[in-house]
Amino acid sequence: MKLQRSSRLALYSVLELASRPDEQLSASDIAAKFDVSLNHLAKVLRDLGRARLVEAVRGAGGGYRFCGNARRTTLKDVVEIFEPITLHDVGGFEPGDKTEFGTSLAVVLGEIDDIALATLDSITLETMLKLTNRLNKQPKG
Amino acid sequence: MTKIDIFHEETGLTIRNAVADDLARIIELDESSSGINKPDYWQESFRRFGSLQDGRYFLIAEKGSEIVGFIIGEIRAWEFGSQPGGWVFSLTVDPDTRLAGVATLMFNTICQCFRQAGVDKVHTMIDRDNITVMAFFRSQGMMAASTIPLQLSLSDMDNAEEAS
Repeated sequence: MKLQRSSRLALYSVLELASRPDEQLSASDIAAKFDVSLNHLAKVLRDLGRARLVEAVRGAGGGYRFCGNARRTTLKDVVEIFEPITLHDVGGFEPGDKTEFGTSLAVVLGEIDDIALATLDSITLETMLKLTNRLNKQPKG
Repeated sequence: MTKIDIFHEETGLTIRNAVADDLARIIELDESSSGINKPDYWQESFRRFGSLQDGRYFLIAEKGSEIVGFIIGEIRAWEFGSQPGGWVFSLTVDPDTRLAGVATLMFNTICQCFRQAGVDKVHTMIDRDNITVMAFFRSQGMMAASTIPLQLSLSDMDNAEEAS
């Protein structure tokens, strides 16, 4: 499964901010860490702000901070702000979809989508932060 | 024989082996969670897993004199080509006591039992629509296993054969 760039950047941003709940981070710091353009990040942060996951703090020492609930917000919640998760039937019918093989293929692709959806829906930001910590502690191979 | 009786000071919870007198409350807790009353199933589960037999664990969480959750697991080996490992196949917490660390404490205790028994992997299986329980196991660090459960609807197969 491959997420769109905006979804990935949104996940990186909320995870970075949620990992430091008492700090405000500037957009340029986040952009530098994940090697993305400030313009693109600004759009993503605006959308995350509308979804009430991050908020801008103005003034000296200002920046962005996480304002969601890391125990309740799932990866699906974040990704869905930027793209539909069920991909195989988005965009109308493709040639062959209505044939017998197209029907069978839709069943198999639906199975993959269901598993991907359950995975993204069952992993909270807090769980992701735990996973990140655990992986960071493992000896580098 | 695996005798468990641990008082956890921080939460005020006791984790101990289930006894026959706990069954009525276990059945009630399961019904409040699953919506299905199945006393025969739980009596049979208690007979199989409540006997303090090595590798089988039927544990309950108690707050004061109230049972607020239970967990069942056992060590199984070589099924589905897998190495010996712990399996958790039932975990229920009183809906009024959720988010109080009950499930985490029960899970940690059974993992400790598995660890002491010498196994390294812990497995479970969950309906993919049961996001609450799946999120709990994920929060404990569980990841997708290399095994994929498959199923077959026999009536669909019969219907297809009849149609052909």
